[in-house]
Amino acid sequence: MSSFVLNFPLFMIILCLVCAAVGTLLPRAAARTVSLSLAALCLAAIFCVFLYVYGAGQEFEYRMGHYPHPWGNELKIGILESLFGMAFSLVLFLSLLGGKDPLDRLVEPGKGRFFYVMADLVLVALLVLVYSNDLFTGYVFIEICTLASCGILMIRGNGRTVLASTRYLIFSLTGSGLFLFGVIILYNITGHLLMPDLKEAVGALTASGAYRFPFLASVSLVSIGLAVKSGLFPFHLWMADTYGEAVPTSSAILSGLVTKGYAFFLVRFIFDVTGPDIFWQSGVQNVLFAMGAAGVVMGSVGAIQENNLYRMIAYSSAAQIGYIYMGIGLSADLGLTAALFHILLHALTKPALFLSASRLSARMGGALKFRNLQGAGYYEPAAGVYFTAAAFSMIGLPFTMGFISKYLFGLAAFRASTPKLVLTLLVLAVSTVLNTFYFARTVLRIYNAPKKPPAERQPAKDLPSYIIAGALFALINVAVGILSGPLTDLLGYGLSLF
Amino acid sequence: MLRILWDSRIQSAAVILFAVGFTTLLLNRNLMKKIVGLNIMDTAAYLFLTSIGYIEGRLPPILADGVADASAYVNPLPAGLVLTGIVVSVSVTAVLLALSLRLYKRYHTLDLDTIYRIVHEEAEERE
Amino acid sequence: MKKRTFREWLKAWDEGEIDFSVPGPGCPETPGDAASSGDAADDRPAPKDDAAIRAYARRFRDREAALFRRIYPVMVVLIVAVISVFLLRVVTELPPFGSADTPANSSETIRRYLEDGLSETGAVNVVAGVILDYRAFDTLGESHVLFTAACAVLILLLSSEKQSDSLRVREILEKDAVLHTTGRVLIPLILLFGIYIVLCGHLGPGGGFSGGAVIGSALILYSLCYGPERVRKGLNLKSYRVTVLTALLFYSLAKCYSFFCGANGLETIFGPGTPGNLFSAGLILPLNLAVGTVVACTMYGFYALFTEGTV
Repeated sequence: MSSFVLNFPLFMIILCLVCAAVGTLLPRAAARTVSLSLAALCLAAIFCVFLYVYGAGQEFEYRMGHYPHPWGNELKIGILESLFGMAFSLVLFLSLLGGKDPLDRLVEPGKGRFFYVMADLVLVALLVLVYSNDLFTGYVFIEICTLASCGILMIRGNGRTVLASTRYLIFSLTGSGLFLFGVIILYNITGHLLMPDLKEAVGALTASGAYRFPFLASVSLVSIGLAVKSGLFPFHLWMADTYGEAVPTSSAILSGLVTKGYAFFLVRFIFDVTGPDIFWQSGVQNVLFAMGAAGVVMGSVGAIQENNLYRMIAYSSAAQIGYIYMGIGLSADLGLTAALFHILLHALTKPALFLSASRLSARMGGALKFRNLQGAGYYEPAAGVYFTAAAFSMIGLPFTMGFISKYLFGLAAFRASTPKLVLTLLVLAVSTVLNTFYFARTVLRIYNAPKKPPAERQPAKDLPSYIIAGALFALINVAVGILSGPLTDLLGYGLSLF
Repeated sequence: MLRILWDSRIQSAAVILFAVGFTTLLLNRNLMKKIVGLNIMDTAAYLFLTSIGYIEGRLPPILADGVADASAYVNPLPAGLVLTGIVVSVSVTAVLLALSLRLYKRYHTLDLDTIYRIVHEEAEERE
Repeated sequence: MKKRTFREWLKAWDEGEIDFSVPGPGCPETPGDAASSGDAADDRPAPKDDAAIRAYARRFRDREAALFRRIYPVMVVLIVAVISVFLLRVVTELPPFGSADTPANSSETIRRYLEDGLSETGAVNVVAGVILDYRAFDTLGESHVLFTAACAVLILLLSSEKQSDSLRVREILEKDAVLHTTGRVLIPLILLFGIYIVLCGHLGPGGGFSGGAVIGSALILYSLCYGPERVRKGLNLKSYRVTVLTALLFYSLAKCYSFFCGANGLETIFGPGTPGNLFSAGLILPLNLAVGTVVACTMYGFYALFTEGTV
């Protein structure tokens, strides 16, 4: 394979921008086709890039223009970047494929095409967050991601959705403000914005001991800013309202992709800007660990108190974000592998949960309270099975990705210091018990015999695409759960190259 | 300490502006004032960024007379970054204002507490 | 409250009968506007003695909320104070203000921008060279931030109904002779100035963003003076979208070409030309034009959507 493949990320990024612009003129069905084919094409193209990079066994820097770093913008094309680019395109593809029905029902008439425009923009922002080798480009595309995800949320257009989007946007912009301040301080003390030069300069600064405090400040501002944007505890307050009110497809994209994109960018920051050793000297990882651990527990406690299906899944999302940051704070090698694996797990599971929940609820006449969902699994067998599979994965039963993730966290904990070991194991135990409670409750509910059949049988529109998408989500989850070896090896290998 | 703060007074001012914006954002329940607070925060960040590139006694980086000497001009990069940042802040403000317009049309107020109360009452009525 | 066994408690929790309601702001739990959505609200009637429980819960929530409201400002002030002291300490340890020896001002990056920028990009205005050539990807993202925002505002505010307030105001404005005469003098001047800023972005201070904003303000003034119908003759929703689309497409594709050439070591067909000429600096002038169009249209679009609900 020739090195022409390395141009693919650039082509995909430009293609996403072009499709987004063109999508504003297309009717809804055409815009949907464009978005779906775009995500599929991205998946295929990045798969080629992945094969090439894996074969070459090294990372590549791709100049955006005629000037190498430190002068011009660059992309960095490596194994982990390609893997996550693939995962994000795949999840977007499946979410759009399976989420047509709620979109058709809930989006304001005449505005459906903008949903797909915004989905294209989310995809491009994620691809750039994954590939960018420049902090300021990262900031610009973080803002695209924020605005586009806000657009995806508010497209439902009723009062409460607009209120929830406003809240989300304000939270998220505060996060970007902190991130930007961190980047500015970092630029001030190093004079660079491109990651390779930053890493060099940061190494030199640490060796000489100059600007220690500003450096610490900038690392913590960047980390906290990204954590706020991902919705880490205690900044998760927007999640339940937002996911509870939005179109389920929007919630799927937001919880499965957008919040994960920021977490992945933080991993990039740790590895490509500070370097893991220097980051671990700064002590910021302990803050992230504590917030993550608290987030896992508080998210699960929030979920167990909810009587509303969507809001319960939303709180569970907050808990999973907690897991990711707990892994980032745990240790440089195994902890990060666990965190990255958890990003993949959550990206593949949460959209399936939201989409299945939306079908179950639609069949029961739009009910979201648990007691009104009784027996939904019989009327909507496919959604019931997919929901159960995803719920098992969230609990961490064997033969699912969730089990592997918990195993990796446990493994990582044994290499960490004793307080972290105890805390991690405690958090794992508590959260598994709580997860079991609230997911088992839901699964038992939907498979309980219904008191009376649903009054109106909702038309099962667009069932094949939903069945395919849900089946793929469930299959990938189980397949990776059974054969997790290659993926975890790949993550470890990618981290060693980072 | 105060001496150093005074010497880099632009940066200190930026930090204070940032704090003012942040307080405005967190304390006010009126959406419009929250948006103003966010804007002040953004502006503070840009002021900070601009101040990095300033070098005493040097010209703006327009090479009108063709002198390409790095010791004659200020740093052009922060200016470019601030330009990018300003456009981002304009876009964000527009979206926030559009959101508040929609909220105003629906609830006839911009006070977030009142909006939450209305939302709660509507929900309880429906139950 | 009577004591429950674990089993009873579990059952009550499963039935959703335990009230966990937490104080503080937050949306209520029922989903969906029944009017606008298929996710109809829960229509199951509430249990008999629920009203009393609910009133108690509301009172409790209000009391907690009042407490929260009293503590919250103190918390905020404390947090902000901590952050400001933290950042001020950072400021004291940063490189000195206005000095030429700071890491940012003495790096090799800046030297190349200033010393080779003229010959490499052909732009007399180094800032234009930096944002449209060296760091063009940032700027590409930036104009798409604007595009994203325009789409978001379009989603929120596009409506087919006429807005009566703006109609009344407009009737008054349209009869105003002072406004008309001032407009007739000012609008061409502002337009001309905006176009100058866009065209000379590579030669002096200015560029697509600032020039586009000036042109946008001229369009807004025109719409204020002569009414949006007159603007709509030239720029309706369809042509608005097509114009923005064309400019953005040109921008993306031109930059794609130049990125592709740069990454693969090919020469582009756009050389730097003779610095100082209007037609020089390669792609910077056309890019400035495209950016200017996008910004002008977006600014006017924001205004029109906010006042009229359509472009």
